[in-house]
Amino acid sequence: MSKRIDVKDLNVYYGKFLAVEDVNLTIEARSVTAFIGPSGCGKSTFLRTLNRMHEVIPGARVEGEVLLDGDDLYDDAVDPVHVRSQIGMVFQRPNPFPTMSIRDNVLAGVKLNSKRISKSDADALVEKSLRGANLWNEVKDRLARPGSGLSGGQQQRLCIARAIAVSPEVILMDEPCSALDPISTLAIEDLINELKNDYTVAIVTHNMQQAARVSDKTAFFNIAATGKPGKLIEYGNTADIFNMPKEKSTEDYVSGRFG
Amino acid sequence: MTRRPSQFTKNKLPRWAIWAVLAGALILGAAFSALLGFSLVTMSLFAAIFFVVGGTAASGAVEGSRKAKDRLATYLIYGAFIVAVLPLLSVIWTVLERGLPGMTSDFLFRSMNGLTGAIDNQTVAEGTPVLGGAYHAILGTLQITLWATIISVPVGLLAAIYLVEYSTGGPLSRAITFFVDVMTGIPSIVAGLFAAALFGLIFGPGTRTGFVAAAALSVLMIPVVVRSTEEMLKIVPNELREASFALGVRKWRTITKVVIPTAISGIASGVTLAIARVIGETAPILVTAGFARGINLDVFGGWMSTLPTYIYYQIITPTSPTSTDPSIQRAWAAALVLIILVMMLNLAARLIARMFAPKTSR
Repeated sequence: MSKRIDVKDLNVYYGKFLAVEDVNLTIEARSVTAFIGPSGCGKSTFLRTLNRMHEVIPGARVEGEVLLDGDDLYDDAVDPVHVRSQIGMVFQRPNPFPTMSIRDNVLAGVKLNSKRISKSDADALVEKSLRGANLWNEVKDRLARPGSGLSGGQQQRLCIARAIAVSPEVILMDEPCSALDPISTLAIEDLINELKNDYTVAIVTHNMQQAARVSDKTAFFNIAATGKPGKLIEYGNTADIFNMPKEKSTEDYVSGRFG
Repeated sequence: MTRRPSQFTKNKLPRWAIWAVLAGALILGAAFSALLGFSLVTMSLFAAIFFVVGGTAASGAVEGSRKAKDRLATYLIYGAFIVAVLPLLSVIWTVLERGLPGMTSDFLFRSMNGLTGAIDNQTVAEGTPVLGGAYHAILGTLQITLWATIISVPVGLLAAIYLVEYSTGGPLSRAITFFVDVMTGIPSIVAGLFAAALFGLIFGPGTRTGFVAAAALSVLMIPVVVRSTEEMLKIVPNELREASFALGVRKWRTITKVVIPTAISGIASGVTLAIARVIGETAPILVTAGFARGINLDVFGGWMSTLPTYIYYQIITPTSPTSTDPSIQRAWAAALVLIILVMMLNLAARLIARMFAPKTSR
């Protein structure tokens, strides 16, 4: 598992509006890459282009190439559903399916696609995924209970368990901790550290300490002004971005002088 | 040491004051009503006026104008509520009072087959229980409504799914929304005539069966189902759809397995309310299913009665023109059965909504 992503000359549009301009970067396999930047700079938009969730929004489209281990995700013949089954996603707000139990939420990726799975395989997958999301010990006695009854942090880890249950190559996280308290945030950050042993992880965050704590590489996005496209300003090792950034605007942002 | 009264409690009307105003209003109301020749209706009317005026004035004097306006608005809203509920209670009371005597097992499980005016005359002359019943009409109501539901729910559900999940606000979806709005306003007799004319064209003039009636009712039901389903699908959070897409689930599977189950309670109760809306229709049934005196279990052949048309014919053309009492009793009993059916449907809607509602218990 886990593949690398190469992004080449990527432009992202909402209708005629150019939201993100000319991004080139490489996300290494088995690493955590953080995207930081002020609100509206296009980092979430960019993240969503990596598994073609972007085009769910009417009018949204993409120019350029996104390669997963050399395979273009935006080739005409590519089925976006197939892309998404390889590149999972965790959203800003925890969104377990309200009609399903904890167990069914974990199995959602399998069951919603009506794949046949024996009960013992399903049990094993549930336990493996929940253990992978550090949630097993908290919920193992109430797997049949609704997922929406869990706390916010537990729900978010349930969503991570749901994402890793379909064994993706890459996991994208869009501000996964912004709706959580510090303790739940810590649990998720620990989890991200473990996930990078098996998966490629890309995370959008507003919290620079979080980026510094969890990521190996950091990409800083910025916009010149409202209405202008977002751009990738600087990309490098997290330590370099935070300690000796090359660009003035990166330094201003990470040192808290702006944004 | 006693505590001094809080500065915040001043200018408050004591609790007994409002009861005193009510008592005074009742006495004054009785007095004024007696002047016009006492009746309960005029007394309550006068008492209500005195209470609203007196209560507002008392509050204005003690509590100031802001509180007084608040009280006035509160009383007026209570008044509006009472005015709205009284007719409903009165209807239920009247139907119960007149319908209960006719609710015999004979009425519920026998049709009007073979029942002639002579039998009704004999019943009145000898004072024996009323014979004949509405079994055929109950069966007809259930069959026609069932078929109307079978036609309307798939059409309405799929239209709503198209509008919410697939359309991007193009001309087609705007046209559908427009025509659904127009359909909501179609008078029911027009829907009946439409179905009669349509089936008349296909199967020859004068085609009247239960199925034609069901088609007419579905014209009335479809817009209700579309509208309520559309609203329910719209409130399903987009995050759930995205969560499903992000797991590599196809769009139509996302709709059938995530979106609809999340909204099913609202959809089910919307459908039930749509059924309750058409079950009492009379005019479209008259022109599409005709009228039958006996049991007809075939919706595709032969005339059929429903409870509303049964009531209509019992009142307009009593079985015995000379002694109409048995027919009127049967009409009231049928009205009671119809009301009970509608109430059961409403209860069912609530039960369904509760059964399917997403569970949030810890």
